[in-house]
Amino acid sequence: MILVKDKDIVVPGEVLAKNDYYPGRGTFKEDNKICSSHVGLVSIRNKQISVIPLVSKYIPKRGDVVIGEITDIRFSMWGLDINSPYSGFLPASEVFGKEKRGLENIFNIGDVLFLKVVDVDEVKKVKLGLKGRGLGKFKGGVLVYITPSKVPRLIGKRGSMINMIKEKTRCDIVVGQNGVVWVKGDPEMEKVAREVILMIDREAHTSGLTDRVRDTLTELIKKVKG
Amino acid sequence: MDIVPEIIRENIINLINKKERADGRALDEFRKIFIETGVITKAEGSARVKLGNTQLLVGIKPQIGEPFPDTPNMGIIITNSELLPMASPTFEPGPPDERSIELSRVVDRCIRESNMLNLEKLCIVEGSSVWLLFIDLHIIDYDGNLFDAAVLATVAALRDTKLPTAKIEEDEIILDYENPQPLPLEDTALMCTFAKIGDQMILDPSLDEEEILTARLSIGMRPDGTICAMQKGGEGSLTKDDILKAIDITKGRIPQLMEELDKTIPQAR
Repeated sequence: MILVKDKDIVVPGEVLAKNDYYPGRGTFKEDNKICSSHVGLVSIRNKQISVIPLVSKYIPKRGDVVIGEITDIRFSMWGLDINSPYSGFLPASEVFGKEKRGLENIFNIGDVLFLKVVDVDEVKKVKLGLKGRGLGKFKGGVLVYITPSKVPRLIGKRGSMINMIKEKTRCDIVVGQNGVVWVKGDPEMEKVAREVILMIDREAHTSGLTDRVRDTLTELIKKVKG
Repeated sequence: MDIVPEIIRENIINLINKKERADGRALDEFRKIFIETGVITKAEGSARVKLGNTQLLVGIKPQIGEPFPDTPNMGIIITNSELLPMASPTFEPGPPDERSIELSRVVDRCIRESNMLNLEKLCIVEGSSVWLLFIDLHIIDYDGNLFDAAVLATVAALRDTKLPTAKIEEDEIILDYENPQPLPLEDTALMCTFAKIGDQMILDPSLDEEEILTARLSIGMRPDGTICAMQKGGEGSLTKDDILKAIDITKGRIPQLMEELDKTIPQAR
């Protein structure tokens, strides 16, 4: 028996369904009842119920691409802030061969990098890597922070949303799974992109978003071009 | 202090050099101000202020105590601030740190030196009993510029405060809780804080701006334009022109703060 509809807003402890359904992410099971553990939106796929939180923190997962900021340099690794309760580290071997000298000459504190999560161990030590297409240090541009659980919405189905923003603003946009977005292009267009990304963050739980984003984009761009 | 990514630092400085800001404000513009009073029922006066995403709560608790020997006929104000760890990742639990002490001292100075509160009227029996006013600041959300928000909240809380009337009968102090009186407020003082970034002085710095500033200047001013408190922070230096410019902007902005304050809680007459 199901007690909620798809896309309903629920609070922690709210009973979502009884018996014949499976608990998914953001839910827990208690005496045959499936309850929510977040404030968020219900998502029902087949017989599985999950709750997508309205506000979340990024929990690192192997294979994710993230945007991180260097906060620490040690003997053979960099420490990074990845907008998460857990901090990441980038071993020097990802950049150098055998010789490990002068780490600060390569990346310094305050640099922003596009990285891949290579491994997350039992104690949530996050090992990061730079081997892959497009990974590396960012130069210029602006950073926009959004809620990590809304990243899929910002990207859209097969990248439809993000490609539309890229096309219309002619900006380079890189989205990290950790909710950090890097935008670079014409300074005025950077502002438009930032505005739209924040709008998606605010309104991710509503329907018909793509159309509204398109309208807002056109309007903002018209204003910039004056 | 948090480490600010190089990209954000560059972006803010570039914008400010073009006289723009990341959140679209003008250089001499406050964020949205929200004031609410009477939020703590257990306190005699209280206020909650939001300045953009910075949020804090002020409570005022009176107590009868002994005056200081050098001012036997004056009440006492004691300001304390608490930077709650949930307000920012950089706030730690434990004894007050440098920032907390600076905040309470700046607020205290702005209230005290403006003479807005007539301390002589807080005396009950000269030399033995006066009112002690505890001003407690609790920072709930930290997004830069605590000083202005704290002074604004304190003034609002003081305006909201009602003290029981104290009478002396047969050498004993009798408190009349039935007819509480507002505090003897005779003036107002508010504060404007500036950050020097590049060559510009910007009003009401946000958290990102505060973290990259070279120098900070807070000016406490009464509505008639007299300066009652000042505090300089940061590692960099300020020129004479910077300070004069900041004072000019403060003069222009105090009426706006006064208006916000009067709208929520007018001065009791």
